[in-house]
Amino acid sequence: MSRTSTLPVIWFQAAGCTGCSISLMNADYPDIQNLILDEIVPGQALSMLFHATLMGRTGRASLEVLERVPIERRGEYVLVVEGAVPTAGKEYGVVGERTMADRTASLAGSALAVLALGSCASYGGIPAGAPNPTGCKGVAEFLRDVGVDTPVINVPGCPPHPRWFVETAAYVLLGKASRPGMVDEVGRLSAVYPGLIHENCPRRADFDVGRFARSFSEEGCLYELGCKGPYTDASCWEHRWNGGVNWCIQAGHPCVACCEPEFLDRVSPLYRKLDPDDIAGAGRGR
Amino acid sequence: MTKLSIDPITRIEGHLKVELEVEDGIILSARSSGALYRGLERILVGRYPLDAQKITQRICGVCPLAHSTAASLCLDDALGISEEVPRNGLLLRNLIFGANFLHNHILHFYHLSLADYVDPEALPGAGTAPLVQLLSPGTAAEDRRFSEQENQRLVENYVLALTMRRKAQELVALFGGKMPHDMAIVPGGVTYSPDLGDIQAFRFRLQEIARFLEERYIPDVFLWLERYRDHLELGRTAVFASFGVFPEDGGRAIPAGALLGGEVVEVRADDVSESVDSSWYEADSVSPAPGKAQGYSWVKAPRLGGRACEVGPAARARVALRLNQNGLRDVLQAGLGGADVAAEQLGSVGGRHLCRALEARFVAQAMEGWLSELDPDAPVACGHEIPAQGSGKGLTDAPRGALGHWIEIEAGRIAAYQVISPTTWNASPRDAGGTPGPLEEALAGTRVRGAGHTEAGRIVRSFDPCLACAVQ
Repeated sequence: MSRTSTLPVIWFQAAGCTGCSISLMNADYPDIQNLILDEIVPGQALSMLFHATLMGRTGRASLEVLERVPIERRGEYVLVVEGAVPTAGKEYGVVGERTMADRTASLAGSALAVLALGSCASYGGIPAGAPNPTGCKGVAEFLRDVGVDTPVINVPGCPPHPRWFVETAAYVLLGKASRPGMVDEVGRLSAVYPGLIHENCPRRADFDVGRFARSFSEEGCLYELGCKGPYTDASCWEHRWNGGVNWCIQAGHPCVACCEPEFLDRVSPLYRKLDPDDIAGAGRGR
Repeated sequence: MTKLSIDPITRIEGHLKVELEVEDGIILSARSSGALYRGLERILVGRYPLDAQKITQRICGVCPLAHSTAASLCLDDALGISEEVPRNGLLLRNLIFGANFLHNHILHFYHLSLADYVDPEALPGAGTAPLVQLLSPGTAAEDRRFSEQENQRLVENYVLALTMRRKAQELVALFGGKMPHDMAIVPGGVTYSPDLGDIQAFRFRLQEIARFLEERYIPDVFLWLERYRDHLELGRTAVFASFGVFPEDGGRAIPAGALLGGEVVEVRADDVSESVDSSWYEADSVSPAPGKAQGYSWVKAPRLGGRACEVGPAARARVALRLNQNGLRDVLQAGLGGADVAAEQLGSVGGRHLCRALEARFVAQAMEGWLSELDPDAPVACGHEIPAQGSGKGLTDAPRGALGHWIEIEAGRIAAYQVISPTTWNASPRDAGGTPGPLEEALAGTRVRGAGHTEAGRIVRSFDPCLACAVQ
C-alpha cells in the first residue's frame, strides 16, 4: 500500500458568517467525512489543523496552532480564508488579540497557496457592501496591498457550492491549478465556473418566447423579476444544490449573481430587471 | 485572584472572547466580548426593502432561516400583507424553518459540544487519526466520564450526525431552493410550489432524520445527562423570554411569553430596550465607537422590561411548560419525566441540551403535520406593493432564541433596519445598570477544577452562541 501524503490546511475565518463552512459540510461524494478522513485524490489527503468551528482545541490551545504552523511548516500548508478582511480600523475584527488583517497577512505569507473561499473572501462580498463600514476587502486585494505574493485562488459564491471547493482543491492537489490559462480574470479556476447560467437555464425556452414571470411563484423566465442569470458564471444549473435536490431558479427565485465580483452593490436592487449595460462584460469565465 | 482569557472560543459560530476572574476555584465574574463588527444594519440603509430579506440572511450561514423568517415577517408587516400570505405559504415557511431547527440542534450537540465530553485519545482502531487530531483538546482532557464503549458510540454518532445534518440541509433546499441562504422565502409567502414528488422526497428524508433523533440523538443526550447530572446545576440562569415560532391557526406552535419571575407575561416589542454602555457604539447605538473606554464588546445589551433574559430552547421550554397549549408542553412533560428533571432546572447546561433534544422531537412531529396539510395545487404567495413610507416588525424565535427585525421605509427605500438576535440577548455585556448578560451571569459563581477552561467552555457552548448574529 502506498503512503498517503497529507496537505496541512489552516482554515481561518475573518469577516464572514460561517456559511461557507456549513456549505462544505453539505458536500456529498466526497462528503465531509471523506474530506476529513480520507484521501481526496489518489495518494493525497487534507489534514485540517485549524478550523475554529470544528476543532476540539479552544482558546490558547487553538491559537498555538495558528502561531506554530506558519513557522514549523512554512511553505507547506494551504490557507483557506472564509470571510472578508476588515482594514478600516484595528478593532473591527480581532482573533486572539491580533487583528484579522494581521493574522491573514502572516498566515498567508508563510503558506504554499491561499484559497479565498466564498464571495466575501474573494471580492469583499456582503460586508463590503456600501458604505463598507469596516473597509472590508477580498483576500487577494488585501494581500496585494500589504505586499504578500503567495498565490491566491478564489472560490466565490454566497456560499460557494461544495463542489466548487472540492474541484478547486483537486486541481491544486494534482498540481494543475497553476497551468497557464487555468485562472480567469477574476481569480477563479475557469473550469469550475464554466459558463453563463442564462445559456444553460431550464427556463431559457421561456425567455426565448417572451414568457416572463411578473410576480413570485409565477411560471416563466425570471428575467423581469431581476434574474442575474445572464450575468453569472456558475454551474448551479448543472449540479444543483444540496445533493441536487433544487437550486435558486428551479425554486422560482431569480439568480442574485452571488458568485460574481459585483455581488453585492452592482447586483442590488436584487429584483430590478437587468440593464443591457449590466450584462456587458458578462461571461468572463469562458 | 487569577485572570483567564479564553480567546477564541471555538466550536461556536463566530468570534467570541470570554474573560474570567477566578479565585479559590470559583469564577467571580465574567465578561463576554464579541470580536467582529461588519455593519450590516448600515449596509441596508438606502437599499430596496425586499433586498433586506436576502441580505439579512447573510448575517449568519448556520441559521440563515432565522433571519429569512424574521425579515419576511417584518416585510409582510411593512407591506401590509401579513394577513394575505396563503396558508400553503405559511406551511412551507414552517417546514423550511423547521428543517433549519433540526439541522441546528443536531449540529450543536454532536459537532459543537461533544468534544467537551468525549475523549478522542480513547478511540480504538486504526484510521481514526484525523478524527483524533480534529477533536483533541490539545491539553489534558478534564472530567471525562463515559465508558470506553460509550465514548466510542458517541464518536460514531458524531460521524453519523454529519450525514444527518446534511440531510436536514437537503430538507431546507427541497422547498427553499438551496442552503445555506435559502432563496424561496419572500415577502408574501414562498416562490416555490412543491409537487407531490417533492413532498414525498421531503417526507422520507424527514422520517430518516426523525429516526436518528429517536434512536441516537435523544438517547445520547439522556445518557450524557445521566453521566453529567451535576450539569443541571451548572451555568444557571433564572429569567427567560420567547417570541414564539411557527405560525399556526392564529397562534404559534411554540408559544411566546416571558418569565421574569412569577407568572408568564406577554412579550411586547415596546418593552425591548438596548443599552450600549459596555458596547463599542456611540449613544445613538448605531455608529461604531471602537476603543470606547468603558466598552468591551461589539454585542449590545438588549433588555426586556429592563431584565437580562436567557433566550433559546430552555427559555421556550420554561414558557411552554407554564402555558395551557398542547404540543411542545406535552413532549417536554413526557421527556422531563423520563429524565427526572424539573422545569426549574432547565436554565442550566444540562437543561439547555435536554430542551434542544426534546424540542427537535416536537419540531419533527409538527413538520409531519404541516407536510400532510400541504396542497400542491394551492397558491404559495400573495402579491405586494412597496409603500413609499412605512414601517414593520418581525418577531420570531429561532433555534438559538428570540429574534427581532425592524424596518423603516422612506421614499420607497430602507431608511433604517434593526436586528436584535438571540445571541445579542444571551452574550450581552453589562447594561447601564451594571447588570451582566445571561452568559456572564451563568459563568459567575461556577466552581472550577483547574484553570476554568473546561467548565467555562461547557457553559458558553450550552447557549449555542452565534456571534455573527449577535453583532451584524
